[in-house]
This record gives sequence, C-alpha cells and structure tokens, in this order.
Amino acid sequence: MTSTSTATDGPAGAPTEDAPAGGGGRARRVALYVLGRLTTAVVSLGAVIVAGFFLFRILPGDPVRAMTEGREVSLEQEAELRRQFGLDQPLWSQFFDYAGGLLRLDLGVSFQYREPVTELILERLGPTLLLAGTGTIVAALLGLFLGARAGWRPGGRGDRVNTAVALFFWSVPTFWLGLLLIVLLASGRGFFPGLFPTSGMVAPDATGIEAVLSTARHMVLPVVTMVAVIYAQYLMIMRSSLIDEKGADYLTTARAKGLRDGLVRRRHAVPNALLPTVTLIFLNLGQVVSGVILVETVFSWPGLGHLFYSGLHVPDLGLVQGLFVLFAASVILMNLLADLVYPLLDPRVRP
Amino acid sequence: MKSQYPPAGTLPRRAAAAGAALLLVGSTTAAPAAADDDGGTDTLTVAMAQQVDSFNPFTAQLAVTTNILRHVYDSLVTVDPETNEPAPSLAEDWQASDDGLTWTFNLREDAYFNDGEQLTADDVAWTLTTIMENEDAAIASGNYVAGFEEVTAEDDRTVVIDLEEPQATMTALNVPIVPQHVWEPIMEEEGEAFSDYANEDFPTVGSGPFMLTEHERGQQIRLEANPDHWRGSPGFDELVFRYYTEKDAAVEALRSGEVSFVYELTDAQATSLEGVEDVAVNISDGKRFQAFTINPGAETQDGEEFGDGHPALSDRTLRQAIVKAIDNDEIVEQGANGQAVAAGGYIPPRYEDFHWEPEGEEAVLGFDPDSANEMLDDAGYERGEDGVRTSPDGDRLELRMHVHSDRPDNVQAGQVMEERLADIGIEIDNRTVDPGILSDALYDAEYDLIFTGWTVNPDPDYVLSIHTCDGLPTEPGTMQGDAYFCNEEYDELYEAQLAEHEDKDQRAEYIHRMQQILYEEAVVNVLTYPNIMEAYRTDQIGDIQFEPAEGGNIWGQDGYWAWWSAEPADVRAGAGGGLSTGVLIGAGAVLLLLVAGGAYALIRRRATAEDRE
Repeated sequence: MTSTSTATDGPAGAPTEDAPAGGGGRARRVALYVLGRLTTAVVSLGAVIVAGFFLFRILPGDPVRAMTEGREVSLEQEAELRRQFGLDQPLWSQFFDYAGGLLRLDLGVSFQYREPVTELILERLGPTLLLAGTGTIVAALLGLFLGARAGWRPGGRGDRVNTAVALFFWSVPTFWLGLLLIVLLASGRGFFPGLFPTSGMVAPDATGIEAVLSTARHMVLPVVTMVAVIYAQYLMIMRSSLIDEKGADYLTTARAKGLRDGLVRRRHAVPNALLPTVTLIFLNLGQVVSGVILVETVFSWPGLGHLFYSGLHVPDLGLVQGLFVLFAASVILMNLLADLVYPLLDPRVRP
Repeated sequence: MKSQYPPAGTLPRRAAAAGAALLLVGSTTAAPAAADDDGGTDTLTVAMAQQVDSFNPFTAQLAVTTNILRHVYDSLVTVDPETNEPAPSLAEDWQASDDGLTWTFNLREDAYFNDGEQLTADDVAWTLTTIMENEDAAIASGNYVAGFEEVTAEDDRTVVIDLEEPQATMTALNVPIVPQHVWEPIMEEEGEAFSDYANEDFPTVGSGPFMLTEHERGQQIRLEANPDHWRGSPGFDELVFRYYTEKDAAVEALRSGEVSFVYELTDAQATSLEGVEDVAVNISDGKRFQAFTINPGAETQDGEEFGDGHPALSDRTLRQAIVKAIDNDEIVEQGANGQAVAAGGYIPPRYEDFHWEPEGEEAVLGFDPDSANEMLDDAGYERGEDGVRTSPDGDRLELRMHVHSDRPDNVQAGQVMEERLADIGIEIDNRTVDPGILSDALYDAEYDLIFTGWTVNPDPDYVLSIHTCDGLPTEPGTMQGDAYFCNEEYDELYEAQLAEHEDKDQRAEYIHRMQQILYEEAVVNVLTYPNIMEAYRTDQIGDIQFEPAEGGNIWGQDGYWAWWSAEPADVRAGAGGGLSTGVLIGAGAVLLLLVAGGAYALIRRRATAEDRE
C-alpha cells in the first residue's frame, strides 16, 4: 500500500484541484478497482481448476495402460495400480478429493513418479526460473534496446537489418535452432568441437564455485536459443510504440530546448514508448514458470517445461493437472500485477 | 543545464559492449580442448531418455528402472548370454519334482549384500512370499508368482517353491531378491503407503554387481561398483545414467564424448554415426516384433459382442487375403530402411528354439496379390465401379487402420499397406493417431486394422498367453491381450507348453504349432522384427559382453552382462585440461552476464537520474 501512496503523490506538479474534495471517493474507486481485479483473478483461477480437471480426464488414453505398455502385467496388477491412483472412484468423488487437496495447497500425487506433485514442482522450479528468467530478461533488454534504435529511424538501414534479423529468428523453429547450436558448438564436429556441453544443467561432479561456473556454461546455449527466438516481440513492440511517439509535441519542445537527438530519444521518447511493453513483459513473466518447453526438451534442462512434457506422455493426470493449475495461476497472478501496476506507471488510466 | 552529461552517457556503454565482445571472443578461443568427458575413463556414462518412476523393486514399472534394478538386486536365475538358456545366478542349480509342482533351488554360498550380511534362503522366501501376499508389493512382479502356492526356506541354502499347477516359466523368475533385514522394517513402517516408497536411501543395500548411490531427478543416476560381488568386480567403478530428452542431442553428446553409450537409435542416427572416429555402431537382431491385428469381431468371454469392427472381417478368407496382399520385404525396405527382418512367425528368430517360420506347404499366406484377388473373387467379394470391393452381405470394404503416430516405422509401414490393399480392392482409412487414441480404439474394439508390437523375452510365455481365450475381456474394455483372438486348439497347446517343464524340444514343438495357428487365422499378423541399433565410444569402453555373444545387443539384456563385463578402454583420450577450460568458459559466461547487467543498470540509473533533474 505504501508504494501506491508514494506513486500517487509522485507527479508533484500535477493539478490537485479535486484532491481535497474527492479524496475519499478516490480511495473508494481505487479499492473497488483492486477488488474487481482480484475477483476476476480468483474466478478465472477457479474456472481453470475445474476445466483442467475435466479436460485432462477426457484426454484419450488410459494412464495405467500407458504406464504398463509393453510390460508383462496381469489384470490384477493393473487393477491395483488403478486403485492406488484413485481411478476406480467415480469422477465426482475424484474431483472433490482433488479440490479439497488444493485448499490445503496439495496438488495431488504424480502417477509415474509416485511423489507429491508439489515436491516435484519445487524441485524443478529453480532451474526453470534460472533459465527462463535469464532468457526473458536478456531478450527484453536486447529487444527493447534494438527496438528503440530501430523505431527512431524507421526505414533506415539499421532498422531494416535489425527487423529482418529479428523476424528471421522469430520464425525459426526453436527445436531446429537448438539442435543446430548443439551440432555447431557442442558436438565433436563444427568449428569449435565441444565448446559447450550438449545438455543438462551442471557437470556431474562439480561442487561449490565450480558448480556455479559449470551451470553458467550449460546455460549459454539454451539462453541463446531462447533469446534468439523471442527477442523479436520486444523489438517490434518497442519499435512501433516509439514510431507512435515520434511525432509527439513534447519531443518538438525537447528539441527546441536544444537537446541532442540521442538525448531526446533516451530521456523523452523511450520512457513513454516503454509503457506498452510493460504488459508484454508481465505476460511473459507469467509464462516464465511454464518454462520454455521446447528449449528445456532440446537441452534436457531439468525444469518444469520438461516435467510437463514427461507428464503429457503418459498421461500422468496428477502431475499434468497440478502443473496446469500452477501455470495458469502464474499467468493470472502476473496479469493481476500488470493491471495493478499499470495505473501507477501511466496516470492516464488511473481509476 | 544538462550539457555536461551527453558524452559521458555513451562512453561506459561502449566500453561495456566492447568488453563483452572481447570476453566472448576470449572464451571461444579458449575452447577446443574442452572436448573430453567429464568423469574420466572409469566412469561409464549412458544417455537415457525415460524418467524413473521408483527404485522400489516391488513397484517399479518402467523399463529403465527395471533395467537399472537388475544391476542392484540379483535374481535366482539369469540368462546365459551365449546360449539364451537359463543360467545360474543366486541359485547354483535347481530341480523340479516329477509332477512339476515342487521346485527346489540351491543357493550359492558366497552371495552377500553390500552391508556385509549374507544372502540366505530366508531372503528369497521372504521376497517371494511378500509379493504373493501383499497387493502393494505385487505391482512389479506379481505375474511371476501368480501360480505359487507356498515358498519355504528349508535351510539357509535351500528354497522350495510349491505350485498350484505345473508351469514352464520357473527358470525365468526375473524377480529381484531383496534383503529381508532391510525391507521388513520398511514395510511395517510404511504400511499402506508402501507403494509410494521410492527406496531412495543411498547407497541401497542389494547383492548385485552395482549399488545405487545417487539420483538427481531429471538429471542423472549414479551406480557404484560392488567390488565384492560373487561373480567378480565389474570393470568400471561407476555407471552414470544421464538424461537426454532429445535423442539427437544424445547422439551429439556421444560424438563429443560426453556419454559413452546411446541406445534405441533411429536408422538415420545410426547411419550418421557410421565411420565416426572412436564410435562403434552396434546393430543386432531385434527382440521386438511389429505387427498389425485384424478385428475379427470382438467378444467378451461370455460371448457378448461389442465394438464396431467391420462385419466382413470375421471371414477368415478376407483376413488371409489381406495378409497375402502385403509384402513384408517391402515393409522392411520402405518402412525400416532395411533395418529390420521380414517376419515369419510370432517369435523373433533370435530365439532360435521357439522361432517358427512358415516354409514350403505351410507358407500359405506368402505375398501373392493375384492369388489374394482370386480368393476374394471366389468368395463373392465383388468389385464396385471405383475398384473397391463389397462383401457378400453388401458392406463396402472400407477399413479403418490405426497407426501409432509416435513410431516412424509404423507410419511408413502403414502407408505401404494402404497402397498394397488398394491393389486388392480394399480402401483404407489411414488413422495415424496418438497412442492414447489408438489404445482407446483397441480396448473399445472400435477398429478394423490396428498396429501393435511386443518385446519378446527369452521365455515367450507371456506374449503367447495374451492370445488365449482367457485374454478376452470379462466385460468390454478390460482386455488382457491386444487382439480379440480365441481358438480352442491354441488354448490346449498353450496349456501343454506351460506344463512341459522337462522336455524343451517338446515345448518348442507346441509353441511352433501355436504360431502356425496364429498365422493361419490371420488375426495377429507379424510384419517385421526391427533391428536394435545402438552406439558406444571405443575410446571409453574397451570390451563389452553382447547378448547373445555373436551379433547381440547391449541395452535391454536379460542379465546384467553388458555393464558388469564392460572394461575401460586403455587409451585415455585427452585427459586433463577439460575442467579448467570448462571453468574458464563458465566464468566467461558469468562475466558476460554481469557486465551486460551492470551496464544496463548503469544506463538505467543514469537515465532516471537525469530524468528527475
């Protein structure tokens, strides 16, 4: 709450005519706005939980048969597995068990790993945040930086080259790019044989500082792949939003004050053009948890995306629906944050 | 008022960028020596793809875990890699009573668990009895003890198993024997939750040639050699199984020497590794068969019909014509790029005794489209104007074909079959689908033709049992097998082979005859036996036991021969230096990030500071 008040006080020079009179009304409007957003978020989360549960249950295939495929099991063994997974119970009773568990933050038990889904998720959360977080930050910085350059002189050579390169990588399949990097930089062929490890997160015997460095080395290729594929989004949004700002009157004023072109761009145009990218960044932050399934799969990165992939194969209902709820919750949470933060950044949309 | 800032703003940024670029160049030039492996030559690293479900030998289901546990816990009997015959393991020898109902296993004296306790008959009896009596403990091996009446430890070295009725599979008891003194307390403590017990107290106590010492989920599994194993110490000190979710990445890891062994390669991957220095590609006869089954009209055991299979398929003539229209050799060439063997009978030829091949007069269903057309003409299947036949009952021969979309060889075989069946006036609705959809179609009997396949063990009892009439579902959707097949003569032969525990030739004879029935009924139609393709680094693995010894495979052996026998190669390739370059590159990457992050923070701070002015 403190941040809200300081931020509202922020624009000191702003007109404050209605402040004394409408102070109470304003607070109520803000409270109503926050409450409305919170309700929306909670309702969406509830819908996701219900939909997720039934959606995964109408998936074709039977988890027990899939898990025992090719193994010499008897009907009794299959029935025992079904009983252990609770699949012999009626659907509604399974759902109430599951919903009851969610209230206690218990996401259920994974069929294939036979461990609580919450534990599995916590185990994999770190690697995913590390990889996807780094990738998102690097991609955002790179995209915004290049986008600001490109948008300032649309149609110039820098703009055309930057946009073309970014769109090229944006259209490249992640899988293919990842494998290509492995072949060129990690395998025994290419110009630098074995420069980087092919996959995994850390060398088996590394400890202490070595482990940190080894992790950094393992991260290079996955992060490069991820950044190459997604930075175009930031670049394009930044570029178009800067083009929109370019004709604005305050820039003419700034120039009239005698500021250099670079300064006008950095201090006046870019901060305003950044606003639309905030939503994008929050949306992407929400997806950080779901990882970058393809990148994690190509590089065998032990994260949540990889876990989800392994669960879908079975289908491991317990695991998949747990992850589904988590992924949805994180997107909903980040959207909620974006809704709450945006008015602080842009006074024009304040309630 | 701001004139002093502008030049300063760009300078640190340029410097940062230049520094970052330099670092990148620096780290790349330092690289080439980093190609050697991480663990030195006495660690054998295997690239694997499947996740681990549990290391609890009573509940572990997945192929990878059962395979690993085979190295941790000995079983009573194993398979001889030279002959494929049952061979002594914990049991030195065994005898059956004349009626085949009482089996006596004599244990060896020198088997110890790695905590120093001797393995006795009590451990064996306790393990088997637990599987018989506790449902939670029967998940992995319940099928082996289904016919057991009682297991007793006569003395320290003698185990006696009483059966309810004779069974020939007593010398294929692939059940891991666990230490009673470790597991009895665990069972008591876990109680109901036993099936969720994952056995991750490392190192695990077992009697096998390796012990589990580490499991980092999704990353790797480490096994250490048990130097005191009664068969002798394994050649490598350590076995590491590392996860590669993407097989192509695993192949690249083999090239760079990060792993010593990759398995389950595709033809393209195997071909790309041919001729690579220090890499040996091993192609061996398959243990698997690839087949399609025809829905002959699904019924439950009580004779209740269900599903929606094409009605004409209950006619054996039509089924046989379908088989005659398909050329297995073409499927080998087109579907498997030659990396398979065209099939005859149900059991692959690597099991010489049990394999059966239709020859001479028996080969009634060899590839012959003209004869297939003739058969259909004679049986009253008239061709329509579009070339598609209609059954005597007036049903157009448009058949659905369900194909596993995740098996490339099935997909290609399906395309070949579609063309060949068009030649005899059958239209195929090719449904290349997800395994889940395929499995639903099978169990609901809503299919006409459907793909299947099994890995056959040295003792083929199970794959034969699924086609007995007992394999039919008791109610729709609960089938045990993978075809709605039921034949009285087949069932009689099945019982006869199961009871024939003394005369192996006689048992093989019964099994040959069973395969002939399957062949002639044309419900279960075997297409090919796909080859096993795997590759290893000869500069890391010097010598390794194949199973069978000539032309055999490494991964998926029935014993622990491969990893127990594997010897490190003499040549120590590129030892030393690897770690330091690794550290250097890692440091380079960290620095790069820090510099970039720092530069950005600097710019931001400066920008905001200036904005506030």
